[in-house]
This record gives sequence, structure tokens and C-alpha cells, in this order.
Amino acid sequence: MRKTFIATLLDEARRDPSIMLLTGDLGFNVIEEFAEELPSQFLNCGVAEQSMIGVAAGLAASGRRVFVYSIANFPTFRCLEQIRNDVAYHRHNVTIVSVGAGFAYGFDGYSHFGLEDLAVMRAIPGIDVICPADPLEAELITRMILKNDGPSYLRLRKEGEEIFHAEAPQFSRGDAIRLRSGSDLTIAATGTVVSLALEAHDRLADMGIDVEVLSVPFLRPLSPDCVKASIGRGLVTVEEHSVNGGLGSAVLDAVIACGEVPHLRKVGTPAATPSDIGESGYMWQSAGLTTEAVIEAVQSLLKPS
Amino acid sequence: MSNSLELSNTVRRDVLRMTHSARKSHVGSSLCCVDIFAVLYHSIANIDPKEPEAEDRDRIVVSKGHCAAALYATLAHVGFFPVSKLAEYCTNGSPLFGHVTVGVPGVEFSTGSLGHGLPFAVGSAIAASRDDSDRRTFALLSDGELDEGSVWEAALLAAHHGLGGLTAIIDRNGLQSLTTTEATVALEPLAAKWEAFGWNVVTVDGHNHEELKRVLELPTTGPTCVIAETIKGKGVEFMENQVLWHYQPPSDDDLAKAIRALEHEAQQ
Repeated sequence: MRKTFIATLLDEARRDPSIMLLTGDLGFNVIEEFAEELPSQFLNCGVAEQSMIGVAAGLAASGRRVFVYSIANFPTFRCLEQIRNDVAYHRHNVTIVSVGAGFAYGFDGYSHFGLEDLAVMRAIPGIDVICPADPLEAELITRMILKNDGPSYLRLRKEGEEIFHAEAPQFSRGDAIRLRSGSDLTIAATGTVVSLALEAHDRLADMGIDVEVLSVPFLRPLSPDCVKASIGRGLVTVEEHSVNGGLGSAVLDAVIACGEVPHLRKVGTPAATPSDIGESGYMWQSAGLTTEAVIEAVQSLLKPS
Repeated sequence: MSNSLELSNTVRRDVLRMTHSARKSHVGSSLCCVDIFAVLYHSIANIDPKEPEAEDRDRIVVSKGHCAAALYATLAHVGFFPVSKLAEYCTNGSPLFGHVTVGVPGVEFSTGSLGHGLPFAVGSAIAASRDDSDRRTFALLSDGELDEGSVWEAALLAAHHGLGGLTAIIDRNGLQSLTTTEATVALEPLAAKWEAFGWNVVTVDGHNHEELKRVLELPTTGPTCVIAETIKGKGVEFMENQVLWHYQPPSDDDLAKAIRALEHEAQQ
């Protein structure tokens, strides 16, 4: 997904000299082609994320469209105030690209787990909060960001992600993408864990339960489709992120704001601090982020109360 | 204003009136950088209040956002907006916030949390350099602000890229929030630190307009740090070098006494 992002950005940057890529000294084997081909549009700010975000704001104030690249918590938590004050408050054209969503760096320990970033970014006004499910969504969304003024947060996974779309989906900024139709209930997932929603869909179908599956790349702006889906029937959210403050909370907030009583279950990582390491599949199991958990959530909503 | 000295005296009186009527803090931190603003806006920076968004304008980034009163008064007196607007400083619904905030004509960047201005200025200077533009970027920092690590991150980057268009001005009044900088987290030898980071360093009397003009006009290769030695509360004798005036707004009596002294000085 990160390579698709960089390739897409390079393609756009060849045509648009205002595009700049900044890195906090990360992106080995990923950013080299961009750096070598367009050196005047590339800047390695060193291992200095606070300064990097300020520099990005200064460049954006001078007419650049800046993409800042780093891993998980480094371009978010480390420099949160710079994102809030220097970028978001000024509505600068800065996109913060965080690679390694969730447990993508599963062996590297808690410092490298991106589990609370969506919650934190959602709390800052004015930033689009985007989490593509696969490389195809990442490519389309990168091009979309360039057509929209203002700050964005782009949460990518890492490499080897499955593609969920048979062909390029038609969607606009803020839209959810329907992957499966279904009449009983909706599963809305963000990021790579769309895979769990699709697996749950198939297994539930075998049980005679017909669920709709949405990929929700935009937590902000949030598709009204997600809200509509949860009105009158149940909705399960799935995310590789803490159940505190991410997609589930965003949908819940939106439903409540419509004056509706939510019928919603959240599947995500626990609000507790993980104390485990492992490859993604192991970490998902360890955190309770499983197809079975999605199926259970669906069944609990379908049970007559 | 016919000259920068007249401007600074006028701005000092406005700073006192603004902090007095708003009953807000940071009068001392505002008074100490008035001369730096007067020289920058009156004599040095290529800035036209009639064209505040001109692409080739010099950029002045005020990182010590708590000196908003001094900045706003300077901007008003050099023509960015009517001087009468200063009466709205820190009143309900006013655009003149207590810390430097965009939306006020002439303000380039919102600050108030320390350590944000220099990285932004470095970004601005890199853009100028890559555009082959002669425009300059000035960043005014407080000395207490140098405790922030982000300042030194940006200092490294600026030197690495040899940003000749960048000038950082340190308002070196020696006092910070609770006591002196040296009793808090010692900064000295400060010039040696900036030199070691690869910057040109000049130390000047931050209240001497001729000295300030001379060093700020200097063409440079690589970034320059001007350590402007200042006195917190400068121009009002009973406020000078007192931490108290970091926080306390002037009373009616304080104001009358201070204004009398400044009027007397203006007539000299």
C-alpha cells in the first residue's frame, strides 16, 4: 500500500511541481525513486517530527502541497500540537501520511502499533481522516486529496495487502464503498480489516443471514450511508484500532446527532494497552479482532431483545 | 511614522494602554521586543501593508506569540489596519487575540505555544530558496522558548540547507516565566550553541535601532541568528527586569506613570 501511495504521488508530482514529499528519515526502499527523480520536491527532515510538521506548514504557506511521510505514531502523537496549531488551525495543504496502521509492525512492539491515531485525529477540527482498505483505494484517495484544499490524515498499512475491488470503485470524498449488498444488517469496516467483514459476510450467508458490507475509508467527512444503514437496523463497525474513538465512535456520534437510537456493536482492538507482539494475523487474534467477533456482533444485534 | 524610534515610542504607549484596558498579561514581554519590531517593519522587511499577500514579500514569523500587543500595535502603526482597532485587543469577539493569531492583517502565522515559529520559518525559507526568490524570512523567538527541542531540530535543518534567507532573532531578555533563564535551564554560552549548530551569530543591543538595522541588513550565506540583548519591560523603569510584569497588567496609576515617562522620552 505504501509503494502504491508513493508511485501515485510521484505520478502526480511529475505534473505538479507544487507537490512536495517530506520524510522523517523513513521510507527505505520506498521513497528513493521520488527523491532521485524530483529532488527539488523532496525533503528529508531528519528524525525530527515536530520540526517536520512546522516545516510542512511553512512550505504550504508558500504555495506547496505537502505530504509528510513517517510511521504510525511518529507523524501523529510526537507532533500532535504542530498538527493541531500549525497545520489544521491554518487549514494548510498538508497531508500527514502514517504508514503502519494497526499491527502492521506487529513484531516491533507497542511503540510501533498505530491503535489510537484515528481517535486523536478525529478530535482535531478540520482534518480529513482517511484509512483506505487496499492499495487501489489508496491510489484513488491520494489523487482525491490533491483535488481538495485543506489538511488530511492518510492512514496506510504497509505491504502485501489484498485488493478487495474487482475494478476501480466509483466514489467521492466522504463516500463509503459498498462491497456487498445485504438486507439484514450492515458491517462497516475501515482499512485492511475489511477482509474480516467479507469473511463474516460469506459465513453469515451460509447461516441464512444477509449482511451488507461497506468499506469506509473516510472517517471524516463521514458518509451519510453509514448513518442511514444503522437507522432502523443494526450496524457492526470493524477497525484495526482501539474501540475508543475510531470508526465505531465516529458512526455512533453521527447516528446520535441524527436523533436516532443506535443499534451498533464495535469490533476493534481493546481499549487496554497490548502487551504482545507477532505477525498481523496473530495480533488480530490476540486482540480479539476476528471474523468470529464480527459474526458474534452481528448475531447479538439480530437476536430479539 | 517618520522614523523607527518614533514608532517604538508610540507602540510602547499603545502596549501599555492595551494591556491596561484588557487587564491582560505579557506587558513586559511585549515592551522588550518593540524596538526589534520597529526596525523590522519600518526599516528592514520588504513588506507593503497595501499588498499583505504579495508573493515576494518578506515573511516575519513571531514565534513568541505572547507579545501580541506589541505586534498588533506595530502592524497598526505601519498601516496594516486602523490604529483605532487596537482598542479591541482581548475584548469579547475581537480578532485581536491574546496570542499572535492570523486573521489580523500582516500576521503570517498563529503562535502562542512556544517552539513552533522557527520550523515554520525554515519551511518558508526552503520554499524561497527552491523558488530562487530573494525574499527573506525573519523569526522572532524568546530566549525561554529555546528550552523547546523543536527549535533545535529546526536549527539543524536550516544549517544543513544553508538557508541564507533565514534570520532568527532571539529576544534575549534573560527572564522567563518564573525566574532568569540561567536559573531555570541555563542557555549560556548561547552564541556558541548557535555557532556549533552552523549558524552565523551576531550579538547586538536589542534596543539600539542603528545596531539592529546594521545586522539585519547584512547579506549572509547560511542562516543567521541575531541575539538581541533586551530588557524585559524596556522603557518603563519600574517594569524593567521584573518577572512580575510577565503576568501583571498595569493599574490606572501604573499606566499614567508609564505614559508620562514615555511622553517625556518622546520629547527628548
